[in-house]
Amino acid sequence: MTTAVGNPPATPKSAATAGGTGGRHQKAAGGRRLFIALAFLAPALVLLGVLVVYPVIYSIYRSLFDAAGSNFLGLGNYITMFTDPATFVAIRNNVIWVLVVPVTVTILGLIFAVLMDRIKWGIAFKLIVFMPMAISMVAAGVIFRTTFQENPNLGVVNAALVGVHDIFGGSSAYPNARPREDAGLAEADGAIQTDGTVQAGSVADFPLIGINESNIPGTAASAVAADDPAGDAISGTVWLDFIRGGGGTPGEIGDDKVGLPDVTVTALDSSGEVVATARTAADGTYTLTGLPAEDLTLSLPATNFSASYAGVSWLGPALVTAVVILSYIWIWAGFAMVMIASGLSAMDRSLQEAARMDGANEWQVFRRITAPLLSPVLIVVFVTLIVNVLKIFDLVYVIPPPSSLPDATVIAVQMWTVSFGGGNDQGLGSALAVLLLILVLPFMIINVRRFRMDRER
Amino acid sequence: MRSQRPRRLLATVAIGGTAALVLAGCTSGSDTGTDSPASGELDGVTLNVASDWSGAEQTNFEKVLKKFSDDTGAKVNYTSYGTDVATTLNTKVEGGDPPDVAVIPQPGLLQSLAADGNLVELDSATQDEVKANYSQDWVDLGSADGSLYGVWFKAANKSTVWYNTEVYDTAGAEVPETWEDFNDQLGIISDSGVYGLSIGADAGWPMTDWFENVYLRTAGGEKYDQLSTHEIPWTDPSVADALTELGTLWGNTTLIQPGTAQRTFGDSVIAVFGDPPAAGTVFEGDFVAGNISSDTAAVVGETAKFYDFPSVNDSEPSVVGGGNVAVQLTDNEGAAALMQYLATPEAATIWVQEGGFTSPNKNVDMGSYPDETSRQIAESLVSAETFRFDMSDLAPSAFGGTKGTGEWQILIDFFNNPTDIAGTQQKLEESAAAAFG
Repeated sequence: MTTAVGNPPATPKSAATAGGTGGRHQKAAGGRRLFIALAFLAPALVLLGVLVVYPVIYSIYRSLFDAAGSNFLGLGNYITMFTDPATFVAIRNNVIWVLVVPVTVTILGLIFAVLMDRIKWGIAFKLIVFMPMAISMVAAGVIFRTTFQENPNLGVVNAALVGVHDIFGGSSAYPNARPREDAGLAEADGAIQTDGTVQAGSVADFPLIGINESNIPGTAASAVAADDPAGDAISGTVWLDFIRGGGGTPGEIGDDKVGLPDVTVTALDSSGEVVATARTAADGTYTLTGLPAEDLTLSLPATNFSASYAGVSWLGPALVTAVVILSYIWIWAGFAMVMIASGLSAMDRSLQEAARMDGANEWQVFRRITAPLLSPVLIVVFVTLIVNVLKIFDLVYVIPPPSSLPDATVIAVQMWTVSFGGGNDQGLGSALAVLLLILVLPFMIINVRRFRMDRER
Repeated sequence: MRSQRPRRLLATVAIGGTAALVLAGCTSGSDTGTDSPASGELDGVTLNVASDWSGAEQTNFEKVLKKFSDDTGAKVNYTSYGTDVATTLNTKVEGGDPPDVAVIPQPGLLQSLAADGNLVELDSATQDEVKANYSQDWVDLGSADGSLYGVWFKAANKSTVWYNTEVYDTAGAEVPETWEDFNDQLGIISDSGVYGLSIGADAGWPMTDWFENVYLRTAGGEKYDQLSTHEIPWTDPSVADALTELGTLWGNTTLIQPGTAQRTFGDSVIAVFGDPPAAGTVFEGDFVAGNISSDTAAVVGETAKFYDFPSVNDSEPSVVGGGNVAVQLTDNEGAAALMQYLATPEAATIWVQEGGFTSPNKNVDMGSYPDETSRQIAESLVSAETFRFDMSDLAPSAFGGTKGTGEWQILIDFFNNPTDIAGTQQKLEESAAAAFG
């Protein structure tokens, strides 16, 4: 530039030179700016490239090869994937997760946030609801697995259920008892009955086995044969046909076998109606009196023998996914609540005030003003949850006992099992990873679009 | 650090090699006539030994190695590779830095290392030592393609049925010897109001051990080997026979404590030996003794005893089990001497006396075992007519070792539906075919 300033009658050459130098300067400045931009971007780009782009591309590439990684299979892994029933269970479960969890968590978060906005000790409650977020997913999984154990001695939920059940139902005196084989007795719907019919005036004995010693009451006395009954009565003995250490003659009273007290004995007529009821004495004897002269069936009703209530098989195939989903909701409701609460606190309250002044009730204020104003936050929470739920792994891996895992499995767990958890087929695992990526992608795009729209606004 | 490693290796090899050469010269010249090197003959030799053992097992194995050092003058360094021995060892071998001797828990790894030419065949003196001290089954398990590579140092007996003696006494049940009697005795126990049997199968591995024990007895060793390598399909009639026997037992709801598929294996041991006991019997390997001691108040050898898995249809005494095999990876005299030492009853006896160890070496004095139970475990192991390695451990882990799929899960499904024999076979075959490739 100095040359041009020094020589006012600028020759075409010098002008060209001047312009040339100016252009070079500009280009150099632009290049420097680009360089600086690149320098600032480089760490992020390198990290993204190494940790995201390269693994994605390599997974796609790897999914076209077999377990050893040396034979090209084309789309073979994808065909295997979609013909394997386990993949369908995984996809089905993922669909259940996506349908149930984001909606539930968002609604719960909204309810908590709106309610706690209005109560005195809101912060304390928020802290409690948010607390599960502070627990690692695996630890939370262990907590839920223990809580929902089937054995009431281990799992607190079943312990509570059994406790409540026992208050109302009570447990029977002789759970799991069954008749001695070849004693002319049969089991029917938990009741123990005479195999054939019995007439008044005869004796009907009930030798039972399978009763734990600890269930025999202290009042029980040695079993004795019943006295011969009157013409309109049936008598007999109900006894434990088993002696400590074995031995004795099966089906016969003696050898110090004990009678079973307090067993209900009923006589049924041919239509199954109860015509008489009695209870056994300490030595196991009973007498049914006032019987009609017809064919009768003697029955020890199921209430004598029903096994104690064992609770619900929470982690069994049917309910395991529900338990895992519950644990996820427990953890993430706090996250949704905090997000929505922050949206709520940033909100301009004058609109609500104005609406209230105009006579709107609280529900109308919430539905017409608060909820629409919160909708950007709600959508962010909702979409974040969808992406998170699609990728769910840890809880599903930790909570189900291995025998229920095939019924609880999701794509991410399936991917891990196939690639590392014994399958060692990283080709098929990569195909599952690609499937997961394709499922997550639309929601990521929605999220990115929203961010961009927010910025433009 | 990285650059130093090969140099150190070179130094070791150089020293070891020179020492071996010198020694070779010495022994051929002096001709002492003894098989094992006498004291001081391996002075200056350093041997690296690796295994998966750590903790108490490492301490005990180091006592075994120390005796070798004291006798020969060789310096022995022990390294624990942790649970994933196969990966670590293969990496070391590929990197050109293998240990001189490795003690590995998988016969499959022995086979693959031998096939790749990474193992040194035992020298003739050691081969004689092995053949004198081990039954043929163990020799076969240590061989690949007709050459003997391995010395089985430690064994596990997975054909033991553990029972609560108090429950058996109360019920008047006796120790059964045959499968029919086993079913009868379980019936007698359940008559007493305690379940005969508790099975913990929330994960399927105990189910595979059930199947293997029954299959080895109904089909015999030859078929067992063929099924292990998938030479015969799982749809073979011999598999149906074994599943029929198992299905009859597993389908008997009066004998078996309910809730099997939700119970962990540890809880099934507690069900039998806890207070009050809910069941009388639990089947699994010799390691159950450890569960009993740590989780229950029962005393192994007093209130908790075991009997051998019963014979089915007059089958000969058979044991399904596992073990650790020593293999030699470098060709030098120190390593060869160590291999020969490990094959001797003297080496095994050192650990036997420490407890928690069963030797497959039949010339170990049974009196060396510290208690009656471990002696009985060892006796049934070395006196078994047939010994076979755990089949599911031999199979690719996609089939025999993954929770939720393969043999584990299919056998749990079979437990829940024990009449579906053909369907179970079909599923096993499909899964095995996919895994064996």
